[in-house]
Amino acid sequence: MSEILLKIDEKEVKAKKGMTLLEAARGAGISIPTLCHHEKLEPYGACRLCIVEVESRGWTRIVVSCVYPVEKNIIVRTRSEKVDRIRKMILELQMAHAPDSFILQDLAKEYGADKNRFEKEPSFCIHCGLCVRYCAEVKKKNAVGFVDRGIRKEISFIPEIASKECWNCKECFQLCPTEALQAAYVLVEALAFPSASTESVSEG
Amino acid sequence: MDKDRIDQIIDKHHAEPSSLIQILLEIQAEHHWLPKEVLEQVSERLQVPMTRVQHIATFYKAFSLVPRGRHQIHVCMGTACHVRGASRVLDTVENLTGIKPGETDLDLKFSLETVNCLGCCALGPVVEIDGKAHGKMAPAQAADVLQKYD
Amino acid sequence: MSRINSPAELEAFRKSILSERDPNKTCITLCSGSACHASGSREVAASIQEEIEKQGLNGEVEFRRTGCHGFCERGPIIVIRPEEICYFQIKPEDVPEIISETIKDKKIVERLLYTDPVTKEKIIHESEIPFYKNQGRLVFGSNVRIDPKSINDYLALGGYSALAKALSQMTPEQVLEEVKKSNLRGRGGGGFPAGIKWEGSRNAPGDIKYVIVNADEGDPGAYMDRSLLEGNPHSVLEGLTIGAFAVGSHEGYIYVRQEYPLAVENVNIAIKQAEEHGFLGENILGSGFDFIVKVHRGAGAFVCGESTALMTALEGRAGEPRPKYIRSNVVGLWGRPSVLNNVETWANVPLIINKGADWFTQYGTEKSKGTKIFSLVGKIVNTGLVEVPMGTPLRDIIYNIGGGIPGGKKFKAVQTGGPSGGCLPEELLDLAVGFDELTKAGSMMGSGGMIVLDEDTCMVDVARYFLEFLTDESCGKCVPCREGMRQMLKILTNITKGKGKEGDIELLQELSETAIEAALCALGKSSPNPFLSTLKYFRDEYEAHIKEKRCPALSCKELISYYIDPKKCQACGTCRKKCPAEAIDGGKNLIHIIDQEKCTKCGTCFEVCPSRFAAAGKVSGEPVPPPIPEESRTIVRKRKEK
Repeated sequence: MSEILLKIDEKEVKAKKGMTLLEAARGAGISIPTLCHHEKLEPYGACRLCIVEVESRGWTRIVVSCVYPVEKNIIVRTRSEKVDRIRKMILELQMAHAPDSFILQDLAKEYGADKNRFEKEPSFCIHCGLCVRYCAEVKKKNAVGFVDRGIRKEISFIPEIASKECWNCKECFQLCPTEALQAAYVLVEALAFPSASTESVSEG
Repeated sequence: MDKDRIDQIIDKHHAEPSSLIQILLEIQAEHHWLPKEVLEQVSERLQVPMTRVQHIATFYKAFSLVPRGRHQIHVCMGTACHVRGASRVLDTVENLTGIKPGETDLDLKFSLETVNCLGCCALGPVVEIDGKAHGKMAPAQAADVLQKYD
Repeated sequence: MSRINSPAELEAFRKSILSERDPNKTCITLCSGSACHASGSREVAASIQEEIEKQGLNGEVEFRRTGCHGFCERGPIIVIRPEEICYFQIKPEDVPEIISETIKDKKIVERLLYTDPVTKEKIIHESEIPFYKNQGRLVFGSNVRIDPKSINDYLALGGYSALAKALSQMTPEQVLEEVKKSNLRGRGGGGFPAGIKWEGSRNAPGDIKYVIVNADEGDPGAYMDRSLLEGNPHSVLEGLTIGAFAVGSHEGYIYVRQEYPLAVENVNIAIKQAEEHGFLGENILGSGFDFIVKVHRGAGAFVCGESTALMTALEGRAGEPRPKYIRSNVVGLWGRPSVLNNVETWANVPLIINKGADWFTQYGTEKSKGTKIFSLVGKIVNTGLVEVPMGTPLRDIIYNIGGGIPGGKKFKAVQTGGPSGGCLPEELLDLAVGFDELTKAGSMMGSGGMIVLDEDTCMVDVARYFLEFLTDESCGKCVPCREGMRQMLKILTNITKGKGKEGDIELLQELSETAIEAALCALGKSSPNPFLSTLKYFRDEYEAHIKEKRCPALSCKELISYYIDPKKCQACGTCRKKCPAEAIDGGKNLIHIIDQEKCTKCGTCFEVCPSRFAAAGKVSGEPVPPPIPEESRTIVRKRKEK
């Protein structure tokens, strides 16, 4: 009997112990926007777009629904002035990197985000981590990873692995919200892969 | 640095994946940088994906993926040194050596890094060269101090 | 060295150590902390050893190299016991005189004594010097009596008696209750009650639990933990072992930043000694309790001082924090209950067990008990490490202990809590130091860094500095921190360069809200604090930078110009000779002029112009006056009347 009752957007929702707020909401047909979430991958909690307001024991605070475990009797609001304001800001910050991403543009319309609020940044990766995590958790090839930290963080392909695995796979491409992945792959292909002729020789 | 020495260090830590950072620290201390072949050897022996080794080698400031110079200059940019004028000292050192923090000059003579607090705040601004702390540095003195190193 | 197998054997061993020590024997103690090393204490030590030999005093005089004394501004420091004669800023050349005058002839070397800057009185004894007298050094005081590489020194002062008491006379629950009763709150920044954290782990399911020492002290300007770990490593080990007993843990980790090589060395030596003597390992002091400790070095990442990031680093991964919705004392290192506490927190534990929670709670305020070690640095006369009971007013620390602001400058603000903290202005100097008091005022206790700023410090630049630090150290995982701070840094940098515009402050405030509400960890959540606190108390400086392109503190390079006042210049030529950019034009009896095109604004002319002329100065917010005409440049010297 590990059923937990909570309220999301005025709706009574039944959830199982161990579920996250995001899972509970989606199960009840309530939508919460996400960028870095994927059903096949462990929740990541990086984009912070899925934030919601949680009221429990008299206190209200903002939590990240893709990693927050359900609790009984809490009141959850997926939209509010504060939530919307912060989501708008997150989108504007992301669009400084990828103003032309379709996913971001759709969300921007919903929240009134201005893609020109911030000066454009040279790198168009938004660090959702989907490519890195998919290659590690689902394909288990670890062909692409992160390097460095903070504002210098980037994705980077391992040429030796990518040259063997990526040509016949490319499953991470459709996950990328900004097509940055494609650019990185193409770059590595151009710079570091062995050329077609030498490849066939060494494989002999 | 030869492969056997690297294997020795790895064996000392029983090739434990959780000791990855400790192993790289030891290699960095002896060899002064981490060439790609070394990272591959560590990845292979510890059975840790190369992406993780690469992330760690770039995430942590102690590691360098490029050769470092004969002399390591560390300019302290801690708060106490900052309020005592450390940025002016850094500017002067940059001008004198021709490199910016994180870089090594073409002669492989100097490598420049900024550090956040050496714990000698009473002597601020502090510039540490090859582990020796030079305190109460002023831009005017920087040239004299750097000249002593060849 | 045979293992000590019971509390009784420990006491017998302690007695034997004490019986071999003559408290009246002359002992020279030399501070050998890292800061004094940087001031040359290694060379002084060599000189002392040499002189003792040379003057035939081997065997008569003891020489002990101790941990940090705290008065770092005046190092290297020598204290001669038992008289407690205190000499400062010792150079190797001073040593022969000290040995022959003070050690042999019992005479004082006046010039090496501390001189009170106001009364000009010379003070001989350590305990009478205002810097030490006005402190309450419960935890740090032992440093001056211990050679950190000698476990016997620690035992001679009563070391490991708390551990013996806990293991043989108390149950783990009783130890836990005592620590809860003491209301010992975390000294690393969180201020969370240690006893409650321990209890959470004790009650959490699972047989394997961990205790961890956070010695990653990353706040720039803070080095208390380093001096504790370098100078008295056994006190931390003892506290850790007692905590492990209370929680039910058998494996401990000490995470030390690799920038602290002496601390790593000394703690490794201490662990080896503790193992040899039986204070670590199996069946400690015959109690049946097993406990081992491993040292793990950091690799240069401030974010690893955050508890979940530290645990991730211990697992051999990049130090990215994890969400704290499930607390790490329940699910921590390797998914197991883990108690992580700061070095200073652990060092307080043996005192609490030995003397009791009631003794501990007599110090401090209602909600902040005990003492706190601060690193008092920046624009302050007596830079060093200071320990005071909680509740001491900031004013006392800065003036009575710190000696006030050097150079006759005016106090402007004190920054506490590192990059997560804030700046407190003069109006708040009577604030009592305590966890909640500082937080309410817009700052925080943090790990104890206390940076004093004077009238020459630009508060906008302080905010920019901390943001630059944090963008460098951010792990980069979440958007509010990585992207939010990226933009905040850009805006603040532009403001300091005279490119600020209307709306910047409001945008910064919006970015601050996003970080506070939605960032992944405390680094991100507290990153706006330096900006918000300087905006609260120094808004006028922000407005001057943005609206008038002026830096009131005359500090921001792009907004100031150096200028030689022709009415004051006496053509001494000092600035011209020292200018690294050769930007000063002048000659004998010719008023000097700075070429603004060549000037790199290094500030050298300003520093070297003799104070009796004070001709080189700075201007901001207005154009530099045009150079005076050539004809007026010649200085006519009045002839002396015969």
